[in-house]
Amino acid sequence: MAYADEHPDDTETADGISTERAAFLDRYPHEAFVVRLNFLVAFAALGIGGFFGLLQALHRTGYLRLIPSADYYTMLTGHGVLLALVFTTFFIAGIFTWALTRALDEKLSPRLSYLWFGTMLVGTVLAAVTILAGFTDSGISADVLYTFYPPMQAHPAFYVGAALLIVGSWIAGADWFLAYRRWRSKNPDSRIPLQAFMVLMTTLMWYLSTLGVAVEVVVFLIPWSLGWISQVDPLLTRSLFWFFGHAVVYFWLLPAYLVWYTILPKLAGGRLFSDPLARVVFVLFLLLSTPVGFHHQYVDPGISEGFKFIAMTNTMFLLLPSLLTAFTVVASIEHGARQSGGTGRLGWLRSLPWTNPAFSGSALAGLMFAAGGFSGMINAGMNINYLVHNTLWMPGHFHLTVGTAFALTAMAITYWLLPQITGKELSLKGVATVQPFVWFVGMTLMSNAMHRAGLAGVPRRTAEPQYQNVSFEGVVGGITEMQIQIAIGGTLLFVALAMFLAVITATWLSGRSERISVNGDIPAALSGPENSPRILDDMRVWFGIAVVLVIIAYGPPLWALASDGLLAPGSPPIPV
Amino acid sequence: MEVHRFEKLWLGLALLLIVAFIGTVTYGAVGAGVQMIDDSGGTVEADALDEHPQFSQPGTYKTGENSYDVYVIARQFLFQPGSSEPIRVPAGSTVTFHVTSGDVVHGFEVASTNVNAMAIPGQIAKMTVEFEEPGSYGVVCHEYCGAAHHTMEGQLRVLPQNEFTANMTEG
Repeated sequence: MAYADEHPDDTETADGISTERAAFLDRYPHEAFVVRLNFLVAFAALGIGGFFGLLQALHRTGYLRLIPSADYYTMLTGHGVLLALVFTTFFIAGIFTWALTRALDEKLSPRLSYLWFGTMLVGTVLAAVTILAGFTDSGISADVLYTFYPPMQAHPAFYVGAALLIVGSWIAGADWFLAYRRWRSKNPDSRIPLQAFMVLMTTLMWYLSTLGVAVEVVVFLIPWSLGWISQVDPLLTRSLFWFFGHAVVYFWLLPAYLVWYTILPKLAGGRLFSDPLARVVFVLFLLLSTPVGFHHQYVDPGISEGFKFIAMTNTMFLLLPSLLTAFTVVASIEHGARQSGGTGRLGWLRSLPWTNPAFSGSALAGLMFAAGGFSGMINAGMNINYLVHNTLWMPGHFHLTVGTAFALTAMAITYWLLPQITGKELSLKGVATVQPFVWFVGMTLMSNAMHRAGLAGVPRRTAEPQYQNVSFEGVVGGITEMQIQIAIGGTLLFVALAMFLAVITATWLSGRSERISVNGDIPAALSGPENSPRILDDMRVWFGIAVVLVIIAYGPPLWALASDGLLAPGSPPIPV
Repeated sequence: MEVHRFEKLWLGLALLLIVAFIGTVTYGAVGAGVQMIDDSGGTVEADALDEHPQFSQPGTYKTGENSYDVYVIARQFLFQPGSSEPIRVPAGSTVTFHVTSGDVVHGFEVASTNVNAMAIPGQIAKMTVEFEEPGSYGVVCHEYCGAAHHTMEGQLRVLPQNEFTANMTEG
């Protein structure tokens, strides 16, 4: 079995610290460069988007309003697009490039990598410039938020930019699959190394789900924004968006899962508990991530209850892979702690490397994801969703998931990855050590208050949730107390973000080190893939089943929406 | 493939939890009668609402002994009725809301109740609720709808039966 991922040129000491430099950079200089390029764009977007987040937290709560409330929505669009679409996609492209190359020991095609990075970058610049132009008097704007529901219309460059970002990510997927094919021809009988399996399954899920938004943007919104068609069907286009809009959540989450399954156990001093179960989990995500989108449209008219019920059932089953992950990750960490001498029922927690920010950040992110998972179960409940739909509960929820499970894991693992792709020792280690805890505290304050404000009915996506005829009464706690927590939490989050960017910048600007104290070796799982059914690795079978499930969940409702005319009932554009 | 017995136990409990969740939602729909907003409201031409029999004169229509239909149009940045004049319904009656939009996507949320729907141009969101006691509720637009979205609000007044007169008597 050619499974073991160890590279023979590393010598590893007992405490897991490499005595050679042995950086990913030295072995794969081109791929390391591609990862660096992607991370650069990702962290630039994170910085700008995060700064907007700070201003929003202070603006909404009324403590500091630096811009007119009409411009709040320009800022909110920037926050959503730069963080949820740009930061995530570029970071994922970077870490997947690292994981796939490392796991397969297979290089990428330089021309193709520059093509996809360039396409994504051009798309991002187009969209970002169009959004930011909304702050000026240029007449160009895209104040449509990251869900860009028609008939509110943005400048065409926004839609073209969004399309290019997605097309670029498709080419990235092709780059990874071509590398896999080369590997497969050399290793016809081997099991796919776990990290590569995770990258490829996530990419397949991405191909399937982005189809919805691609059709929405390319077939409807671009021609409509250019005036080639006069109207679009708001409900149909919105449904196509949500075809993609929930799966994208898993596109963010699965890279965090890759980290939690394959890197976190090692950082904890041990190894993954079960390789086959990790594969089962990724298979389940490929199958179930897409046919659930209607749970974002529970209170939409025009969609029959049966279709919503199917989406609800699928959503509930989507809890399964996450619950399995909770078990495996905690078990693997506990195993690691016991290897390092931890004892007792909970006493082993003290033996974990809490001063290593790569570990503490990923572990805290996992913990917050558990909380986010619970509030997600509420959202999935078709009837109780009435209470929370489009209230502040929702951003409270997804700041725990994409805003922490993904974002904090991404920042934490960068502390571990950056030395390997730059050949530089991490700078400002003290700042890095504290940073995940600052984020954790900030998010605890902000998110709990947002959840409770949502229960009181405070809406999301508004510059001034203070009305003349409407007052909100907190179910638990008072509205003022919630606002204070949101403002302080948002400020702490920005402080944590600034700390992260300081560490990254200082590291990047420093000189190359002789030795770096991390290496990319991933120890083999306690129970490896050898005895698991080979069908787990058969991507064709799983992709085929995933397509069938999507056809069942989406075929009839989309047909119902399209059968009265693709553009009807139609709406002409309304500029913003 | 070896699955640890704790893993098997966990898997079993996870599945149980999922089935229980689906069970509660199913009970909510079938037993407790929580209705979902669905396609029963029908469609409407968003730019021809003034030709619609009720949306041309939105408001409260009496439809039966103790039941009323309320037609509401959401527009940038007001509810008709709701913003310039409150939506009025009598206490202790069954009220069916019909909500649509005349321009972009809006939200229709009666604060601190479970009346919560999207107002989508071309579609009519229909939901039936009961207001037992007289009182006053705030109505907010909870979907971003443009630069003055945060000003879009309204009021719903549940009046004592004897103070209520339907502004229209038939639907």
